[in-house]
Amino acid sequence: MKNKKTLATPYLIWSAAFILIPLCMVFYYGFTDRDGNFTFQNIFAIQNPEHLKALWLSLLLSFISTLFCLLLAYPLAMILASFRVKNNSFIVMIFILPMWMNFLLRTLAWQSLLEKTGVINNLLTFFHLPNLAIINTPYAIILGMVYNFLPFMVLPIYNSLTKIDQNIIHAARDLGANGFRTFQKITLPLSIPGIISGITMVFVPALTTFVISNLLGGSKILLIGNVIEQEFTQTSNWHLGSGLSIVLMIFIIISMVFTAIFDKDGEGTVL
Amino acid sequence: MSHKLIDLVGITKSYNNNIILDDMNLYIRENEFLTLLGPSGCGKTTTLRLIGGFETPDKGTIIFDGSDITALPPNKRQLNTVFQKYALFPHMDISDNIAFGLKIKNKSQAYIQDKIKYALKLVNLDGYERRMPDSLSGGQQQRIAIARAIVNEPKVLLLDEPLGALDLKLRQDMQYELIRLKNELGITFIYVTHDQEEALTMSDTIVVMNQGYIQQIGSPEDIYNEPENAFVADFIGDSNIIDSIMVQDELVQILGAKFACVDKGFGTNKPVDVVIRPEDVKLVKPEFGTIEGEVRHLIFKGVHYEMEVHANGFDWLVHSTKMFPVGEKVGITISPSNIQIMHKPASQDEEAASIEE
Amino acid sequence: MMRKTLQRLYLSLIILFLYAPIATLMILSFNASKTRAKWGGFTFKWYLSLFDNRVILSALTNTLLIALLASLFATLIGTIACLAMRNMNRKGRAVLMGITNIPMLNAEIVTGISLMLLYISIGIRFGFLTVLLSHITFCIPFVILSVMPRLKQLNTSTYEAAMDLGASSSYAFFKVVLPEIMPGVLSGFFMSFTMSLDDFIITHFTKGPGFDTLSTKIYTEVRKGIKPEMYSLSTLIFITVLLLLFLSNRIDKKSTGKVSTEFTSQK
Repeated sequence: MKNKKTLATPYLIWSAAFILIPLCMVFYYGFTDRDGNFTFQNIFAIQNPEHLKALWLSLLLSFISTLFCLLLAYPLAMILASFRVKNNSFIVMIFILPMWMNFLLRTLAWQSLLEKTGVINNLLTFFHLPNLAIINTPYAIILGMVYNFLPFMVLPIYNSLTKIDQNIIHAARDLGANGFRTFQKITLPLSIPGIISGITMVFVPALTTFVISNLLGGSKILLIGNVIEQEFTQTSNWHLGSGLSIVLMIFIIISMVFTAIFDKDGEGTVL
Repeated sequence: MSHKLIDLVGITKSYNNNIILDDMNLYIRENEFLTLLGPSGCGKTTTLRLIGGFETPDKGTIIFDGSDITALPPNKRQLNTVFQKYALFPHMDISDNIAFGLKIKNKSQAYIQDKIKYALKLVNLDGYERRMPDSLSGGQQQRIAIARAIVNEPKVLLLDEPLGALDLKLRQDMQYELIRLKNELGITFIYVTHDQEEALTMSDTIVVMNQGYIQQIGSPEDIYNEPENAFVADFIGDSNIIDSIMVQDELVQILGAKFACVDKGFGTNKPVDVVIRPEDVKLVKPEFGTIEGEVRHLIFKGVHYEMEVHANGFDWLVHSTKMFPVGEKVGITISPSNIQIMHKPASQDEEAASIEE
Repeated sequence: MMRKTLQRLYLSLIILFLYAPIATLMILSFNASKTRAKWGGFTFKWYLSLFDNRVILSALTNTLLIALLASLFATLIGTIACLAMRNMNRKGRAVLMGITNIPMLNAEIVTGISLMLLYISIGIRFGFLTVLLSHITFCIPFVILSVMPRLKQLNTSTYEAAMDLGASSSYAFFKVVLPEIMPGVLSGFFMSFTMSLDDFIITHFTKGPGFDTLSTKIYTEVRKGIKPEMYSLSTLIFITVLLLLFLSNRIDKKSTGKVSTEFTSQK
C-alpha cells in the first residue's frame, strides 16, 4: 500500500471519464444551440407552459409520494428496529428480494391490480364497496412511486434507528420521560439524518421518473422526466433535453445541500 | 438503623430459559451505599435494571418506600440511573442534558438554571453548559451523567459500573468523588461493579452475588475478614482456601496438622473449608512452625513481598514484609483468630459456583 | 400484547403491498389466456415455450452477462478505490467520496443521458459495450459504500503486524486485510448485481437499437402487450433467488450456534 497514488488511479480515471466528463457534456449541450453558440434558451425553455406544467406536476407528485413514503416508512422502520435481529436477512428479504422481479413488470402488475375489472375492484365489489378508478390518473402514479421507492425511505430510517444506543432511550425514561416524550425528544431528533437521507433517496427518483408515469399514468400525463426522455429518444433535440436536465439538477442540488447540512459525516446511511 | 427503602421479595428473572435471578430477597436501607458485587453474568446488572424499571421480574415484588412498584414504568419511579457508558443525549448540549428531567417536570426556567449551575459545581465542571457531550473526556461525561441524574433529587441513585470505562487513576479519583457526593447529597446509592477494590473502598454494605444467588451480605470488613463461603473468599482479595477437617470446637486439622482456632459449633470431625488471608500466614524458623515448608517463589510487591511456600502438599500464598529467599526452609504459624472456618457448599449449584471464576 | 398485534398487522399489510404485484405476476405466468385482462385457466405452456423464445433468451443472456461483468469490474475498481482512499488525506478522500455520491444522488435519467452524450461524442458504437461501461459506472458507488465501513473498522496494526512478522505487503493484504473486508466486498458485489439486473433507465439511454436486456425488452413490449413467457421467466428467476436466500440463511443459522447464550453474555 506504499504506492497509494497508483491505487487511486483506476477509479480516478474511471470517474473522470464516466461521471465528470459526461456531466460536463450535459452542461455543454444545455448551454449551446445546434450551431454550437452559447445560449440560455434551453434553460429558459422551462418557461414554456407545457414544460412548466410538467415540472409542476412532477414536483407535486414527488412531494406527495415522499410524504406518503415517510408516513408509511417511519412506523415500519420503528417496528423493524424493535425486533433487534442480529443478521438483517429478514429486512433484506422484505426490501431487496422484490428487486429480483423486474421493476417494469412489478409496476405493470399494478395495472392488473388496479384495472376496472382488476383484482382490487373485484374484491371491493365482493364486499359491496365502491370501486376504485385510479388507473391512468395521477393517483396511480403516486401509488407506483410509493411502491417503488418505499424501501429507499425505510432502510436509511431503519439504520439510523438501530444506531441509537438503547441506554439513551432508557436514560430518557429514567429521567421521567414517558413513551411519547422520549420519542419526541430523543428518538425522532436522533433519526433525522435517516429521515433526510430517505427524503432525498425518494424525492429525486420520484421527481425524475418517466417510467412510472408512462406505465401507470396512461400516455396523457407528462412529467418532466417524460419531456426530457422524449427530447432525447424521439425529437432528438439534445440541447433542449440537456437544458431541461440542468433545471432538474438544480432541484436535485437543492435537495443534496439539504442532505449535506444534516448528514455531516458524509457517509450516507443508505446501506 | 434507618428503615427499609427498597425491598426485593422473591425475585425470579430468566431470559430464554436461562435463570438470571432465582428467588432473590434483598432490602436496601435509606442513605445506604450498597454495592452489588460479582463476576459478569451473576445477575447484578439485572437486579439494578429491575429496580430501575427496565425489566420486570417473572415472579416477586419490588417495594419502594412502602408501595409496590413492580409494574411501574421507569419514568414513574423516584430514582435515577447513571448508565455504564454514560448514555448522554448526543444531540443536546450539557445544560440541555442536565435539564432534561427538570423540563419534563415543568420546573421554572429560573429553577432549572439554578439547578444546572449547582449540579455542575457539584461535579467540578462549572462553565461546561454549552459544550456537546462528544467534546468531553470519559471522566467528564461520567460526571455529567451523574449531574443529570442528581438534579432530579432522586431518593436513590443507581450506578451501573459507572467507572468501568475510565483508566485506573481517574477511577480512583472518582471513587473519592462518589463518596463525597453521597455524603453531600445524603441519598441512597446502589452501585454495581465487578471490581472488589471499588466495592471495599466505597460501600456501607456489599452484596456478593454469583450465578443468580446472593452469596453474602455484609460490611466491607465482614466480607473481607469473614467470608461465608469459598466463592466469596476467593472473589474478594487473595486467599488460601484449604480442604480441612473440624476436629472439635476450636480445633481444626489443616493438611494433617492441628491448628487452634476460635470457631465453634461445626460438630466433630466435619469436613470444612478454611480461609486464611496471605497476610495472616506468619513465616518463622522451621523449628517454631506448626508445619514446615520451602519457599518456591518470591516477588517484591512494593509494600510487601509475595511468596509461595510449599508445605504439606499445598502452595501457600504469603504476604510478608520480611523476605525469605527461594529455597529456604520455613515454618508456618497462624494465629487462631485468623483462621476462618466455612461450611462446605451444601448444594451442587454452590459447588459449581465456587469452581467458576 | 395489543401493541405487538398491531405491529404485526402493520408489517403484514406492508408486505402485502410490496408482494401483491409479485404474486400477480406469478399467477399471470400460469394464465392460459394470452392477455393479462382475463383468466383463461391454468397452464404450464409458457414455461415450455419460454425455452423456444430466442428473443427472450438472448435478452436474458445479455442481462446476466452484463450484471456479472459489471459487478465484477465494479467490485474490483471500487475495492481498490477504497484502499486508496484509506491512505488519502481528508481532503482527497472528501473529493473522491463526493464524486462517488454523484451517481448515487443524481437522477438516473441525467446519468443516462450524460453517458449517452459521451458515447455519441466519442463515436463508440451503441450496444453491449456501452451498456456494460454504464453499468460498471453506477455499480461502483454501491461497492464503495459497502466496503468503506468495513475498511474503517479494520485495525491498521493487523496489517502492520503481518508485515512485522515478515509478510510482503501483497501477502499481508491477501491474508490479513482482504479476509477482514470480504463481507463488505461480497455485499457490494451482490448489491451491484441486483442493481444492474433491475436497471432500466440507464440501459434505455445507452443501449442503442438492436441490443436488448430484459428490462428494455419489456419496455418495448408494453404497448404491444407483454409476452406471457416474460412472466414465467421472472417467476423462475424470483423463485431461484428466494431459494438461494433461504438456503444461505439456513447455513448461516447453523454456523452461528445457539441464540440463547448471547443474552446472558451481555450481563
